[in-house]
Amino acid sequence: MFSVGYYPGCSLEGTARDYAASIEGVCRLLDIELVELDDWNCCGATAAHSLDHDLSVALPARNLHLARQQGLKDLTAPCALCYNRLKSAEKALKKKAAQAAGADEDPQVRVWDLVDYFSQPSIVREIERRLVRPLHGLRAVCYYGCMVNRPPKITDALAWENPTTMDRLLEAVGAEVLDWPFKTDCCGASHAVARPDLVSALVGKLLKRALDQGAHAVVVSCQMCHANLDLYQPRIVQQQGLASSLPVFYFTDLIGLALGETKARDWMKRHRVNGEPVLTSVGL
Amino acid sequence: MNEVMDEVVLEPNYDATKRILALSGIQPELCYQCRKCTSGCPLTFAMDYYPDQIVRYLLLGLEDKVLSSATIWVCSSCETCTTRCPNDIDIAGLMDYLKQQAHAKGLVDPRQNLTYAFHKAFLEDIARRGRVFETGLMQRYMLSSGAWKAKLADGTLWDEIRLGVALWSRGRLPLRPRGVRHLAEVQRLFAKPTQCREKKDTSASL
Repeated sequence: MFSVGYYPGCSLEGTARDYAASIEGVCRLLDIELVELDDWNCCGATAAHSLDHDLSVALPARNLHLARQQGLKDLTAPCALCYNRLKSAEKALKKKAAQAAGADEDPQVRVWDLVDYFSQPSIVREIERRLVRPLHGLRAVCYYGCMVNRPPKITDALAWENPTTMDRLLEAVGAEVLDWPFKTDCCGASHAVARPDLVSALVGKLLKRALDQGAHAVVVSCQMCHANLDLYQPRIVQQQGLASSLPVFYFTDLIGLALGETKARDWMKRHRVNGEPVLTSVGL
Repeated sequence: MNEVMDEVVLEPNYDATKRILALSGIQPELCYQCRKCTSGCPLTFAMDYYPDQIVRYLLLGLEDKVLSSATIWVCSSCETCTTRCPNDIDIAGLMDYLKQQAHAKGLVDPRQNLTYAFHKAFLEDIARRGRVFETGLMQRYMLSSGAWKAKLADGTLWDEIRLGVALWSRGRLPLRPRGVRHLAEVQRLFAKPTQCREKKDTSASL
């Protein structure tokens, strides 16, 4: 039984409830207890670091402070941007503490990107041990996006140009993972609302390459990437003249499916692009 | 570059970069114009000046020119430039600094700049309950920016409605917001005067 702090972030209790359901489901299957950070607040996201630097540190710093108070040693953040903002605050607080020795803000909470958390050898072994339905025949490209990797000074990522952690998790559940060049290219992130034209151009490029590569699906770990690739896909396919649509799964959807969770299909049904045809075509 | 009548004076002016260093710790003057930032930037197609040009203009003291550029708002903060800069200049951080300055000085109009309008509505939402309620945020952004009128005119409002229905039918469009219990703690963070807000134009809200 593992136990870990959980910072869902605003969208996981809103439009990304499908992601939250798959994370909670997979953790139940693997006996990982998710301890939600009590009274957490928004990390400030792109808005805070765009308009107010101090606030962009102070908002996530409150969450780190709460985590310490609540005795959480590890804190997972499924949202890539929340993760990035928590890590930025952690680094800023460390710098401040180094300048003023003995300062009370000495962060002892380890902030984890969810893929990194699941990629720990002990959890991968658990996944392999409980595997009941290997995803043989499913060809996938893993899309990591920006914020869990860049800048490495903040994220402590070891392979920021060519990450492989999600690839290995998917391989562990039997999927065929394709190499492709856009693992960490930007999807447009928060531009989705105000500048959909920018998101269309960027996501169009990603989907086209994934299709050219022969992928059955794109796999993501960030609900922002998911929204841009999945929710807006009908419009983007039309505007960019793409050959077909491409289901976008969370890595936790596919782990759940491979572990034999019957609800995994329900999690995926909540995405906008229907993944059923692809899954049935490969016998899943 | 100071443009005096027809004469162009190619003298660097470090006033702007000194201020940037003092407020953000970023040193644009380390740039040797290798253009690696621009080469890796995914959004140059929508920029009026490339990232290397923004840095160059700052070194020439032309801060006003970059504060009014489209580039700073087109930047998606994907951090590719910052990660790859051989001189370790935080270029995405520089874009943030410039956005913060434009905001603090009241140089941006939310009705002319939808990205800015969205950020503003987002921060206001956090100040309201400590967490963002996406359903309400979208409505407020649409109304405050006037974006709904443009969407109605070009027909994309129906796409938004279809998306809303798709989310609703999948249980992904909550109608009730959740907030933090100790809201005063979060609101205190907003009340604290910050480097940028000290200089803020008093007519600007938030």
